[in-house]
Amino acid sequence: MAGSASEYIQHHLQNLTYGKLPAGYERADGTVLQEAQWTMAHNAAEASDMGFMALHVDSLGWSVALGVIFLFIFRLAAKRVTSGQPGGLQNFVEVMIEFVDNSVKETFHGRNKVIAPLALTIFCWVFLMNLMDLVPVDFLPQLFHLMGLEYMKVVPTTDVNVTLGMSLSVFALIIYYSVKVKGVGGFLGELTLHPFSSDNLFLKILLVPVNFLLEGVSLLAKPVSLALRLFGNLYAGELIFILIALLPFWAQWTLSVPWAIFHILIITLQAFIFMMLTIVYLSMAHEDTH
Amino acid sequence: MNINLTMIGQAIAFFIFVVFCMKYVWPPIMAALQERQKKIADGLAASDRASRDLELAQEKSAQELREAKQQAAGLIEQANKRAAQIVEASKDDARKEGQKLIEQARAEIEQERNQARDALRAEVAAIAVAGAEKILETSVDASKHNEMLDKLAAEL
Repeated sequence: MAGSASEYIQHHLQNLTYGKLPAGYERADGTVLQEAQWTMAHNAAEASDMGFMALHVDSLGWSVALGVIFLFIFRLAAKRVTSGQPGGLQNFVEVMIEFVDNSVKETFHGRNKVIAPLALTIFCWVFLMNLMDLVPVDFLPQLFHLMGLEYMKVVPTTDVNVTLGMSLSVFALIIYYSVKVKGVGGFLGELTLHPFSSDNLFLKILLVPVNFLLEGVSLLAKPVSLALRLFGNLYAGELIFILIALLPFWAQWTLSVPWAIFHILIITLQAFIFMMLTIVYLSMAHEDTH
Repeated sequence: MNINLTMIGQAIAFFIFVVFCMKYVWPPIMAALQERQKKIADGLAASDRASRDLELAQEKSAQELREAKQQAAGLIEQANKRAAQIVEASKDDARKEGQKLIEQARAEIEQERNQARDALRAEVAAIAVAGAEKILETSVDASKHNEMLDKLAAEL
């Protein structure tokens, strides 16, 4: 039972991977590839041997589908938008937009047309991706298994690639706005002349590496912590759902229902935290504090 | 945990979604929200203005009512005065008319008296003559004594 349980867990945590296998690679079924080939991975070992040249089809598919759903709903509301009496859909969309707009205005005081829509997209998209966690763990994988797909991980935010992809985009925006607002010199100055500073020129130069190390780490920590916080929370949540699914079916609800209810909070909170930290980081990039 | 191209795919999708949201979702809804805010503000301002207008109109109507009352009071007073004048004038007229009538009557009386006196005089003369004739037992030649008789009549 222990073996099958760990197999079950491993199977659930394996992404559907499409990638490039090198020439001479011996596949799971014993065939040896004559030349490098793009193909679906048949097991975890193949997926990891693909290295960087691989795509998690399930993560990307679900995240893009959920993003399209989000934008479709909001675009529908935006098309029919009226300044008169709003309908149900418009009410909902307006509540979301005002919530995000207030969050942005409380934190960010400059003028930037990107941050608010960015924050809205992050919040709704991450929320929808997290929401997939509440779909029973075996439901969609079984459905896709019937369609012939071996692996299916339906919660995109339990894939570190997805969260890293988003947080590195945010990181790129941080760098872009830092340079745009403060100039290259200002940004480099911020990285090297603080927090330790001196009036003595010699000491100042001596302190540059120390400052750069400190500031560099704190700068790099932003995208990494942003990605790993979301990933860690959702991965752990998903893992607990999978563990609960190992119980006999008649006992599962005693744990899965409370955990799912608690998870509603985590899902919303993590989406909110990701959005809020993005706003905070970008507003820090805009501020000439030093 | 395989780090792979998924990361870049996700970043590309993220970029496209954000751009779409920025171009086609955020601006129209934000514009509608701002327009509604403006509408509500305008509505509130209009209601303020209307209540102020109402107050002004009420004040104005009260003012006009007061003026009308004053005017009416003035008119009544004027009419009273005029009526008194008319009464006074008609009294005057009546008095004058009465006076005139009295004078006329007096003149008439005077005239009749004079007539009566003339008639009396003539008769007295005749009577006197008759009397004298009787006394004298002779006829008096009226024509001879006319002068004397006229003198006598004048004395009467």
